[in-house]
Amino acid sequence: MSTALAPAQDGTDERLTGIPGEPLAHRRYRRMRFIRRFEETLLQLFEEGALNGTTHACIGQEADAVAVTEHLVEGDHIFSNHRCHGHYLAHSGDALGLMAEIMGKEAGVCRGLGGSQHICAPGFKSNGVQGGIVPNAAGIALANQLSGNDAVSVVFIGDGTLGEGVVYETLNMAALWKLPLLVVCEDNRWAQSTPIAANLAGDMASRFAAFGVPVREVDSTDVEELSGIAGEEVAAVRSGAGPRVLLIHTYRLCHHSKSDDERPEQEIAERWLVEPLLVHGRRLDESDRKRIEDEVETALSEVVATARASA
Amino acid sequence: MIFAKELGDTLRGALGDDERVVLLGEDIADPYGGAFKVTRGLSTAFPQRVRTTPISEGAIAGISAGLALAGYRPIAEVMFGDFLTLMFDQVVNHIAKYQKMYAEQATCPVIIRAATGGHRGYGPTHSQSLEKHFLGVPHLRVVAASLYHDPRVVFADFLGRDEPVLYVEHKLLYPQHLTPPVGGRVGDLIATSDNAPGMLPTVRLSAVPAEDCTVTVLAYGYQAMLAAQVIERLAIEEEIFAELVVPAQIAPMDWAPVERSVAVTGRLVTVEEGADGWSWGSEAASVISRRLFGKLRQPVDVVASEPTIIPSSKPKEADVLVGSARIEAAVRAAAR
Ligand SMILES: Cc1ncc(C[n+]2csc(CCOP(=O)(O)OP(=O)(O)O)c2C)c(N)n1
Repeated sequence: MSTALAPAQDGTDERLTGIPGEPLAHRRYRRMRFIRRFEETLLQLFEEGALNGTTHACIGQEADAVAVTEHLVEGDHIFSNHRCHGHYLAHSGDALGLMAEIMGKEAGVCRGLGGSQHICAPGFKSNGVQGGIVPNAAGIALANQLSGNDAVSVVFIGDGTLGEGVVYETLNMAALWKLPLLVVCEDNRWAQSTPIAANLAGDMASRFAAFGVPVREVDSTDVEELSGIAGEEVAAVRSGAGPRVLLIHTYRLCHHSKSDDERPEQEIAERWLVEPLLVHGRRLDESDRKRIEDEVETALSEVVATARASA
Repeated sequence: MIFAKELGDTLRGALGDDERVVLLGEDIADPYGGAFKVTRGLSTAFPQRVRTTPISEGAIAGISAGLALAGYRPIAEVMFGDFLTLMFDQVVNHIAKYQKMYAEQATCPVIIRAATGGHRGYGPTHSQSLEKHFLGVPHLRVVAASLYHDPRVVFADFLGRDEPVLYVEHKLLYPQHLTPPVGGRVGDLIATSDNAPGMLPTVRLSAVPAEDCTVTVLAYGYQAMLAAQVIERLAIEEEIFAELVVPAQIAPMDWAPVERSVAVTGRLVTVEEGADGWSWGSEAASVISRRLFGKLRQPVDVVASEPTIIPSSKPKEADVLVGSARIEAAVRAAAR
């Protein structure tokens, strides 16, 4: 098990990002719980009419965010998409900045200009245009290569985004130039309302393999398993061997954005039985789990209150 | 020295002076050196930072955006300006937006160089001047190469600022000698430069002092070169005196030099090679009509190419594209 995982960022709330000295299993659970409850809170705030626009929750995919970001260090860069809250919170722990941002406040990470999908913070960016961020992340990877450092650039995309041509232009160039780029493709089976069967011809992994880019494919919601694999992939990219793809088969438990969901109820119900908090939560004592959940709850309610009160 | 060579030297200087400058584009490496030879020699001198790319305009722009976000100064070449369409999403939804939507926490100073324009018989997909589609993009500067603007000054401005810019280079300018104003003259024409703060200079050319002109012609790029020849000829042969205003930056525009000229002449002819309608000239007409309503002696005349495909055949191409004859006819009509 890796012990050199990225520490919580300065100034973040340890109740959300990890109490110093606590077991790794606890910290992972805490971080996933933090992301889950943050987004459930958002959806609730939406229902109250407290938020503007839209938001895409990653409920069910928290393990991906936690597993990948654990292996990133200062200088690395994440480029994320419309479903970016989990990636951002796992990376930064900045609950207040994101909450205030989505509330449209000046106190938000982008002063309310970006909202849910357009976030910028040290080592992190997101944009709501599917596919277009992939070359941007590759450009950051090229910058790292030219600078001669060993930083990596990580880009998160969804299965539906595999329909965008610029993804393939970029894979080709990234492979030709051996760029330190990790593409994390979260295959959650659905792109908005369209299932992969109606979206994607052929085999997903072969698309990357066609460019000679190694693909690591995993079907899991287990943060431990994902972290082990993500760690190897990040390390391989960092070693300078060129771009790689981590293809995670997972599932989105919530609707696509706000309240649009026509998926079969049965399908969703089955996935609730293997959702990441449940899978990993079994490893914790009931009392520890409960304590962590309470701590997260208290910390988050403080965040919401502070964000509401902020300018 | 000819423009293509001066531009190449400018890029070489930029690469030498600033480690953050990176050139990306199709076929730009040696020995080929780019379709118009602008980058010849540069990949040999700077192999890491001058990179030839696959035919992938979206990724060229998108990778440039990432470089710029990471603090580099990418310069992306578009082999034919027609393929700017393939970069449009990167320009509009990525490059031009990042700084503002991230509340100034990032900058994305990508420089895109595009070889534009017709008159060479390259036909419908290799001859267009598509810059009008980029003119209204918020937070994007559009700058046009001209013979009256030294590319060294232009690129020093680009590289010294944090904003993205589209630089359009009309293909027919590449083999021409650069003629920036020297001692207040460009050849036999009187030259004045307006240097508003934060703007590239706007050059004004006339055969007689500006106060004695009766028509203002507003043009950029290759059309400015043609317009200069026209106003010189009309002055000598027919004593029609027009002042030609040549901005480098065509969006956002510094309208002050145009206003100053039109305030004297009361007549404005705009010239552009792009297709007619919803264009740079229409914007000029709108702005000048609003600002100088009482002083205009006649409606602004917008000269632009026919809104159709650009034929390959030489005579048919000439029927579609603006050239000297159309400019001359418009200036004569305005002076009547
Ligand atoms: C270029 C582009 N086209 C369409 C959209 C609208 N849109 C937002 S999310 C989405 C589905 C994305 O699916 P996928 O890539 O699988 O990611 P997921 O939402 O499943 O995480 C669509 C079509 C967009 N944001 N960008």
